Amino acid sequence: MSQTAPTTCWIKDKLFFGLGAREYLRSLLTPFNAVAAMILLAGGVAAVVRFGQGLGTATNLSHDNPWGLWIGFDLLCGVALAAGGYVISSTVYLFGLKAYQPIVRPAILTAFLGYAFVVLALLFDLGRPWRLPYPFVVQAGFSSVMFEVAVCVATYCTVLFVEATPPAFEWLGWRKLRAVILHLTIPLTILGVILSTMHQSSLGGLFLIAPGKLHPLWYSPYLPVFFFISSIIAGLSMIVVEGSLSHRALHHRADPGTDFDALTIGLARAGAIVMFSYFALKILGVISDGNWTYLPTAYGSWFLVEVLGFVLVPCLLFASAARNRRPRQVKLAALLSVLGVVLNRLNVSLVAFNWQLPCEQRYFPSWMELAVTLSIILLIVLVFRSAALRMPILRPDPTYPEHP
Amino acid sequence: MGLTRRQFLGALGGATAGLALPRTTRAAQKGTLGYPESFGVLCDLSLCVGCRRCEQACNEANDLPAPDQAFDDPTVLQHLRRTTESAYTVVNTYPQANAPAVHRKLQCNHCQEPACASACPVGAFTKTREGAVIYNPDLCIGCRYCMVACPFGIPAYEYHDPLTPRVRKCTLCHERILAGKRPACVEACPMEALVFGKRTELLERARNRIAAKPENYLHHVYGEHEVGGTNWLYLSPVPFDQVGLPTNLGEEPLCAKTGGFLSFIPVVIALWPAFLGGTWLFKRHNERQGQQPKEGA
Ligand code: SF4
Ligand code: SF4
Repeated sequence: MSQTAPTTCWIKDKLFFGLGAREYLRSLLTPFNAVAAMILLAGGVAAVVRFGQGLGTATNLSHDNPWGLWIGFDLLCGVALAAGGYVISSTVYLFGLKAYQPIVRPAILTAFLGYAFVVLALLFDLGRPWRLPYPFVVQAGFSSVMFEVAVCVATYCTVLFVEATPPAFEWLGWRKLRAVILHLTIPLTILGVILSTMHQSSLGGLFLIAPGKLHPLWYSPYLPVFFFISSIIAGLSMIVVEGSLSHRALHHRADPGTDFDALTIGLARAGAIVMFSYFALKILGVISDGNWTYLPTAYGSWFLVEVLGFVLVPCLLFASAARNRRPRQVKLAALLSVLGVVLNRLNVSLVAFNWQLPCEQRYFPSWMELAVTLSIILLIVLVFRSAALRMPILRPDPTYPEHP
Repeated sequence: MGLTRRQFLGALGGATAGLALPRTTRAAQKGTLGYPESFGVLCDLSLCVGCRRCEQACNEANDLPAPDQAFDDPTVLQHLRRTTESAYTVVNTYPQANAPAVHRKLQCNHCQEPACASACPVGAFTKTREGAVIYNPDLCIGCRYCMVACPFGIPAYEYHDPLTPRVRKCTLCHERILAGKRPACVEACPMEALVFGKRTELLERARNRIAAKPENYLHHVYGEHEVGGTNWLYLSPVPFDQVGLPTNLGEEPLCAKTGGFLSFIPVVIALWPAFLGGTWLFKRHNERQGQQPKEGA
């Protein structure tokens, strides 16, 4: 045993938490992992069908419904929920609110994983995924909002990758490279905010071209503004939700010196302000376009559920939680507003889209589409967990100075 | 809606936004849309009898697979259909209250400022000088945004092809036009419900028909102005929304809506770095000032 080769030793230390291979594998046999394996299996079957037989067999997409769950959830929600990266890094590095430093790393890692898996989902959804680089290398469609989304998402994915490397370099012990990246923090953060502003709003801009198909309560010339502001809400709320989950699940890896609850109070205050302006703009949009006549319809009620139940209510909850310093209430409000952003994206892309079509021509995802989407969410959680268990994500590595 | 958009642009610095207006939007402002010399088809719904000869001709001209139900089977007309990857045109029958049913042929309208073309991230669609909007499958990545964009729900997708799926739609028989022929459907129509010609002349002819028999027609040529105008024009005895043509689209080309938004991006690129960089410099300046007295003490 004392003669173990250096690589085995490295694997044991770095990957298996110092356990032997057999002990490590046994430690993986948990109920959570069993469920995870089943979902991934279903996702794998769906992937084989999708790439072997085509989109038609795997999905419920049709000529009338060219976009389904993979665009409505994986792309639109995925990008919105990954907004925590640019929100928190600009708060800390550009606006100088240093107190939030401890949550930068988990937020950046979540954002990077979010975007990386958005790209994976796109590979499932595109008819010819191997042509993904065509807009950049073959011919660019400059008048296309989709082209703009593609450019920004590709660039921002790269930026996030670079921003996410320092913990990995610390884990690997690559001090020089880490120092180089840390020197780039400010330019990368600024670039991140610009790219995020552009593509978060562009995702809403995608639907500007379809005024005849999207219900008037959701169609608005302000769609890009709505998508951008709600991405800030999604970012702030996801930091709270994901932070409390990871602090609970991985508490032995968390930094005892960080009072996460105290930080959430500040996030709640910001959340309340942003959500209130979002709420006001949504209402203003409906009034200025004269669409309030649609409110007493079924779609109107659904719109009110979204805007009152998942924007105004969490907004007020955030405000009162911040005022009375109630971290648990912040978490509830954050959960509601995350759901609200998801609801909004699904409404724009699926529920209120094609609203004039007869029922039998409407879209509902197939089990294979659901399996792929669930697998992707799960993969994000699994990769985040295994990174956070090994690398200095939730707490700083004491052997590294804060600045290079 | 247009007004709100303009106000919205104005509020956010519309002056600078004008610099980057895409070609299509600029054309829209000058009021010269599409190609003035282009060809189109005038479709007179009062003449169409729903015989589906046009469908058959289209099927043959494009080498499409045989249909599920024969072209002379009238029961097909009992339900509404749409264009698919194996039928670039279909005829639907729209029953009317207290009047004979009206038939309408659906196909790509060959918009003068096509939403599909403006939406495509690789520019796979081309509006030709002759009028057709044609598609290049060698560029297409299969994002299907063109299908989202088309206000008439025309493009179809080969969902069941795992390797080389294509978007499919009417080509206005572009190749035939280049060879000096008329589109196959026009040639096949026994009722002369379809007339091929220069778009400007077709408009003229449409107005004359309305003037000659005002009681026969709705006094509107559909496609003259809708979404910036289309090269396929319609005359109808009944309101157009009763034959499945959307009447809420407005006269502005749809690409103007996205173009207005895209023209903002240079503003973001110009202003955000200055603002964010400035904030950071300000923050750093403040921090340094805050530290100095401490160091001195
Ligand atoms: S009708 Fe649809 S597919 Fe045809 S040119 Fe217009 S937008 Fe494109
Ligand atoms: S599906 Fe093809 S043609 Fe349609 S927008 Fe996407 S890349 Fe362009």
